[in-house]
Amino acid sequence: MRVKTTAVVAGLMLAAAACGGQSNDTGSSPSASAGGSSAPAAKPLEGTTLEVAAKWTGDEQKNFQKVLDAFQEKTGAKVTYASTGEDTGAYLGPRIQGGNPPDVAILPQPGLVQQYADQNALKPLSTEVQAQIDQNYTPYWKELGSAGGQVYGVLVKAAHKSLIWYRQPAFDDAGAQPATTWDDLIGKTAQSLADSGTAPFALCAASGWTLTDLFENVYLSSAGPENYDKLSKHEIPWTDPSVTTALEKIAQIFGKKEFMVGGPSGALQTDFPTCVTQVYGDKKAAMVIEADFVAVSAVQSGAKVGEDAKIMPFPPAGDTPPVVLGGDVAVAMKDSKGAMALLEYLASAEGGSVWAKSPGYLSPNRNVSPDNYPDALTKQLAQTIISAGEAVRYDMSDLAPSAFGGTDGKGEWKHLQDFLRDPKDVKGIQEKLEADAAKAWKK
Amino acid sequence: MTERLDGPQTPRGDGDVARGASPGPDETPQPPTATHPALEDVATGQDGTTDSTTAAATSAGPPALATGPAAPKAGYSGSGNLGPSPKVAVFFLLPAFVLLGAWMVYPIIFSLVRSLYDAGGGTFVGVDNYAAIFTDSATLTTIRNNLIWVVVAPSLVTVLGLLFAVLTERVRWATAFKLVVFMPMAVSLLASGVIFRLVYEQDPDRGVANAIITSVHDVFASSSGYPGARPRENDQAPAVADKGTVVTRQPVQAGGQVLIPLVGLKTEALPSGAAAAKEASAAPGELSGTVWLDFTPGGGTVNKIDGTEKGMPDVTVEAVAGGAVKATTTTAADGTFHFTGLPAGSYQVRLPQENFAQPFSGATWLGPTLITPAIIGAFIWVWAGFAMVLIAAGLSAIPRDALEAARIDGATEWQVFRRITIPLLSPVLLVVLVTMIINTLKVFDLVFIIAPGSVQPQANVIALEMWRVSFGGGGNQGLGSALAIFLLVLVLPFMAINIRRFRREQA
Repeated sequence: MRVKTTAVVAGLMLAAAACGGQSNDTGSSPSASAGGSSAPAAKPLEGTTLEVAAKWTGDEQKNFQKVLDAFQEKTGAKVTYASTGEDTGAYLGPRIQGGNPPDVAILPQPGLVQQYADQNALKPLSTEVQAQIDQNYTPYWKELGSAGGQVYGVLVKAAHKSLIWYRQPAFDDAGAQPATTWDDLIGKTAQSLADSGTAPFALCAASGWTLTDLFENVYLSSAGPENYDKLSKHEIPWTDPSVTTALEKIAQIFGKKEFMVGGPSGALQTDFPTCVTQVYGDKKAAMVIEADFVAVSAVQSGAKVGEDAKIMPFPPAGDTPPVVLGGDVAVAMKDSKGAMALLEYLASAEGGSVWAKSPGYLSPNRNVSPDNYPDALTKQLAQTIISAGEAVRYDMSDLAPSAFGGTDGKGEWKHLQDFLRDPKDVKGIQEKLEADAAKAWKK
Repeated sequence: MTERLDGPQTPRGDGDVARGASPGPDETPQPPTATHPALEDVATGQDGTTDSTTAAATSAGPPALATGPAAPKAGYSGSGNLGPSPKVAVFFLLPAFVLLGAWMVYPIIFSLVRSLYDAGGGTFVGVDNYAAIFTDSATLTTIRNNLIWVVVAPSLVTVLGLLFAVLTERVRWATAFKLVVFMPMAVSLLASGVIFRLVYEQDPDRGVANAIITSVHDVFASSSGYPGARPRENDQAPAVADKGTVVTRQPVQAGGQVLIPLVGLKTEALPSGAAAAKEASAAPGELSGTVWLDFTPGGGTVNKIDGTEKGMPDVTVEAVAGGAVKATTTTAADGTFHFTGLPAGSYQVRLPQENFAQPFSGATWLGPTLITPAIIGAFIWVWAGFAMVLIAAGLSAIPRDALEAARIDGATEWQVFRRITIPLLSPVLLVVLVTMIINTLKVFDLVFIIAPGSVQPQANVIALEMWRVSFGGGGNQGLGSALAIFLLVLVLPFMAINIRRFRREQA
């Protein structure tokens, strides 16, 4: 789940989806047909209609629509967009069971690829699409979109989760510097901020996924990518010493109430975009540990990205500089020519470049030139993904069964929140995590 | 029943003329009752008709009455049943049966069957899902919460509704008042949830609840001092934190000087009277020192008074020896303090806790302990108006003469309320209570929205858990169905009460 919005919004989305939130872009269809009549020969999919379902709404939907428009322009196919709402599974499940899935669905978690492949709801990608993937993606991503040896999905949109956003004026006041190691972050940067009277961190602990993101960065950097992969698949237990190390490092933040706005109790009542407001709007804190999409909320709070809202790469708590990505995987649910053509287009550098020109988009495609991005910051992010190459990892909680890694008040979300409440009990938390993980993976 | 018994008496009492003209009325009820002894309703219905017909049509009465029971008898040839033929009845009932079957019966049966299978739906697991409900501690919390809800919320809503209804009865602005109290019903539960999420915010600047509490609190106890100020955490700091107080690391001799550097406070937070800090002037036999904010933006020397650093005025300072406070003083505008006339000896200088007391910030409504009461509060806000309107309607139907009689007999207003009004209202109160119990058992949206993610486990209720387990990430529709059936079983007795009451009213 790349942008996990608050429960409230999720509820609203759910309602919207229930009311048949199918919105096809009426503006684009006449232009597509007009274009089609002028040059029919160049458009192989003239007359084909496709439905693509994704969770994006608002600006994100508009930006995606631009890509669809370009695809329509190129192929002559008519594509309608359906919004799944925040809970993609709840939207797609009934449609799959009813035998009426969309042609293409964009899934917010790779875990769903496995789940739908088990239900025989996905169509294997055609050789053309796979050729695009081989050309544009590292093997890790191909594997991520696969299930049972078949390639089903292609990662079309990425979110960079190894970032710390900070407020430059607060750093100036405190004389603090962006940290390059975890120990620097805790011992120098955060400490001098706290001494200056500004809370170093605004934690969004009411949104459990922000805590899992924090854990993943600390774990990837302290335990290394191999252990990360093992823990992602639950091949090592959560009681492993490497987890202890990571949790103890996190406790260096959680254990000090002056390190976060409102102390642990306040942090546990703060949900995701609110913590960004605490940094850039209320100016109560100096840093927020979250992904690239913080930019949206920071701008809403009146900050200028690049001037007062700056980013530092997540300082490594060990040997590996962490790059954790989230992202959306596109899959075909109907075996139509149009579906494969659209996937091929989305996986291509051409499609990625069209998308990259819109704000708020980051491509995992290594052949999408960073020059396409509208601002320097995104360029920089894209560069880190491309240069990290094989060491990039996908968000661990999104790889886990959602009962463990993606449910409010359950599994990893709950236990990390409990850990914030009582950071002394590392062992106890590990045992609870392991118990829930064992239950979730058994199913 | 009373009206019906009264009814026939009226024409009998004053209808001597009518009876004389048509001797029917007294006998006419007999034939239908005799021919159709099974259907008393029809008989009484005939009774009712008799009243009006006899009064209006004195001469045409008997024939009309005769054709009444005769007509159906002709149409349905002695079946003994006044209703339509079974075929027609089935035809008319079919739509209702189909809808009920498709939307009520089938889903219930399907859920029941589904609850006996595992998450995937492929393996039969018997009652394992039900066992899971009663062994999983998280689910047990939801049951406990539902119990709290059922015990507290419906009765509070009913009591409040009753209070509002009785009090507004005598207010001139009753309609306006009722309109205001009823208003929340016009807001969807989802929107109410969003509203109360804001009401219960911790920060008094955002949350109304805490804004009220803190304003009231601040009237009685003004908060002052330097919340958040603390000594630096390193080995060189001359002062350290000790159970909320700040003490000097080394004991000081009378006549000595101490430096107490503090951090963790913004310069803007100092009072406007604060002057640049300076070292206290030494005087023989006088213990002196400086309390100051040891932070210069962008640097400054640690534990040294730099040029721009300001003193902290009005800090209470204690000189402690042998565990007892020997002298107390406060700092000046430049942060200096002096203890004069101390006996010789070694002292520890202590800044007591009240200097650093956190400002009172109200209750943690959205924390693990208060979350359920807080959500129940929102529920009451929504439903009290509904209860009030129902009870007010019942209240207006109470016969006034009973109340009058009681008052004439010398009953106090409380006695009238307690002994007359409430017993007469009890059917309405029961309706409200039972409706509210069913409402609380299925409460979902308020909990879903008001409780932040971190306290969802503590606020969870069965209906929400059911949804979460089946769709909201859990993906286990077997367990979800089991929870649904469990909820159904909980609701059934109250449904039964409601249905029985309806029957009794109709009888």
